[in-house]
Amino acid sequence: MKTDQESLRDPRLAQALAGALHRAAPRRPVRIVHVCGTHEITISAHGLRHLLPDKVTVLEGPGCPVCVTSTVELDQAVRLATQGVAVCTFGDMMRVPGTELTLDQARSQGAPVHTVLSAADAVELARRSPGQEVVFFAVGFETTAPGTAAVLVDDPPDNFSVLCSHKLIPPAVEYLLDMPGTELDGLLAPGHVSTVIGAKAYVDLVRRHQVPVVVGGFEPLDVLYALVLLVRQMADGEAKVENAYPRAVAWEGNGQAQELMRRAFHVCDASWRGIGEIPASGLSLRTELSQWDAAMKYEIQGEQGQEVAPGCRCADVLVARAVPADCPLFGVGCTPLSPVGPCMVGAEGACAVWYRHGERPVV
Amino acid sequence: MSVGEQRIGPMHGAGGEVMGRLLADHVLPKFALRSAGAVDLDALDDGATLALPEGEMVVTTDAHVVKPLFFPGGDIGRLAACGMVNDLAVMGARPVACTLAMVIEEGFSIRDLDRLLTSCAQVLEETGTALVAGDTKVMGRGELDGVVLSTTGIGVARRVIRDSGVRPGDELLVTGPIGDHGMALVAARDDFHLQSDLLSDVAPLWSLLAEVLEETHVTAMKDPTRGGLAAALNEMARKSGVGLEIDGPSIPLRPQVTALADLLGLDPLQSACEGRAVLAVRQEDVEKALALLHGHPSGREAAVIGRATEHKPGRVVLCTEVGGRRLLDMPLGDPLPRIC
Repeated sequence: MKTDQESLRDPRLAQALAGALHRAAPRRPVRIVHVCGTHEITISAHGLRHLLPDKVTVLEGPGCPVCVTSTVELDQAVRLATQGVAVCTFGDMMRVPGTELTLDQARSQGAPVHTVLSAADAVELARRSPGQEVVFFAVGFETTAPGTAAVLVDDPPDNFSVLCSHKLIPPAVEYLLDMPGTELDGLLAPGHVSTVIGAKAYVDLVRRHQVPVVVGGFEPLDVLYALVLLVRQMADGEAKVENAYPRAVAWEGNGQAQELMRRAFHVCDASWRGIGEIPASGLSLRTELSQWDAAMKYEIQGEQGQEVAPGCRCADVLVARAVPADCPLFGVGCTPLSPVGPCMVGAEGACAVWYRHGERPVV
Repeated sequence: MSVGEQRIGPMHGAGGEVMGRLLADHVLPKFALRSAGAVDLDALDDGATLALPEGEMVVTTDAHVVKPLFFPGGDIGRLAACGMVNDLAVMGARPVACTLAMVIEEGFSIRDLDRLLTSCAQVLEETGTALVAGDTKVMGRGELDGVVLSTTGIGVARRVIRDSGVRPGDELLVTGPIGDHGMALVAARDDFHLQSDLLSDVAPLWSLLAEVLEETHVTAMKDPTRGGLAAALNEMARKSGVGLEIDGPSIPLRPQVTALADLLGLDPLQSACEGRAVLAVRQEDVEKALALLHGHPSGREAAVIGRATEHKPGRVVLCTEVGGRRLLDMPLGDPLPRIC
């Protein structure tokens, strides 16, 4: 018997879906954006763009949490670490360039920087070393925010705090749709984020912008199926939310995770690297939890950060106005070994994924 | 740390009586083959001499820094022997002799040293490789993480096989599932909190390859260690000036390797092997080569994975299982440090 994964990579079904995509695709060129690094990895690693009709373009928007974390926030984390505070964060953040240093470089210079797999690991470190101040540099979208929330509402130790840089996907998508020059015809909505916020989270956005939204999973057939539903809506002139990932995503989402987030955070404006400030697109700690808020505890000041280096087109890549190969630095001056822009650093950044999976036209 | 256990001290690397005792009691007796010429290991002279059979002499050297030192399916001793034997084997050379340098951290358990030397000696005996010279050094506690083993191997090839010899029309084979070693190490590292029954593939390749080299026209070979299959194929394509077209679904991958790689966001094709080879074989010989590999206990899962073309020289194109196509690029480096 086939495993779930094998059946979601079935070549015959993939060809059938590719056929459906070609039949359903509108005659005009259409641009579909997704906002999830894992979607980009599926599309690139399985060579799915090779199966798309010529007129259908699929682009990655601001889908990589590492890439959109602002330099200011990164510089704050670096500064804390160089002052001797143990900074814990996800491995992806280590090599993101700050104004002067990456966290990795700070660690090489002796700063206590730790890679963790979850907020709970950082709490564990704080409990093990009571004399050491420990800060969890919390990045990520609605997928990782509940994990941070869970430790915050569970009475963490006094020497633990959170530098909160969590961001929200629907406001970012809405900002993108309003932006001149993006001309997006549909959204392939992120499966992971949607398991938390539910497919219903896109209803207002669809009503306001009249753009088709389909929630998609992460196996090749999941993505192809979601794309078929999207182009069908476009061909029929419809705009609604559809869920092509029902085995993981419920219409209402995960109520428990949403409740945790409500108890720990309130919504705030947030600065996205390469994009700028987006209203109501971030999370900060609720006042009653401020004793664990690193921003309060260390009276962190806004730092001056250089958001995007000269020549780098990350700002356009992040808003789906360009693909990595459009950037003159891609693969030449900018590679994962010596990244210039954030999209080349984060493992889920569009440029890093394209580079790693050789996502360039194959004749 | 158990009290009373015998441990390495600074004197064990100081060249005197204490070191002599360590060599006599714990090192020399483990290695059955200690001679490949007039001056052998037992002479404990400043060097050894080799009387080599006819052919081109091949030399290779490696330093091994794997973490953890004992991993599922092997240890640093077995790895140090296999790494050396396999580098010779994929050059078409039968291993003849080797040297072993050990740099050991003060406080390292002598029982652990016994274990890893026993594994090393087993591989050398199995492959007919004599240990003819060695060196032992001790570094202070905390100056080194356990032990570093360095091996230099000398082999003889009747026909030297390069990684640059692939020609358009050649078929590409792998001798078994890809990526086991890298993923087994990932699973064994404490920081990932993972459990798996996956074993490293670390094994000597010479006996598997010897007959294939004898009976078929092998044009190029490489062992996909650091950077995995992706690195090996790219290097072969670039150096040979051919394009390689790889059929993704034909690449043998264990389900545990795919699952672990997916979980950690790694590419299994970039995960290291320590007991596999990639071969380019003339098209007319491919069936024969495959049958010979399948007839050997460590080649039962060998498979044809693609072919060389004149198109896109230097590039590796991967045809994916869902019918997509993409470039399989040269990895930047192995995603994991200290795997071999």
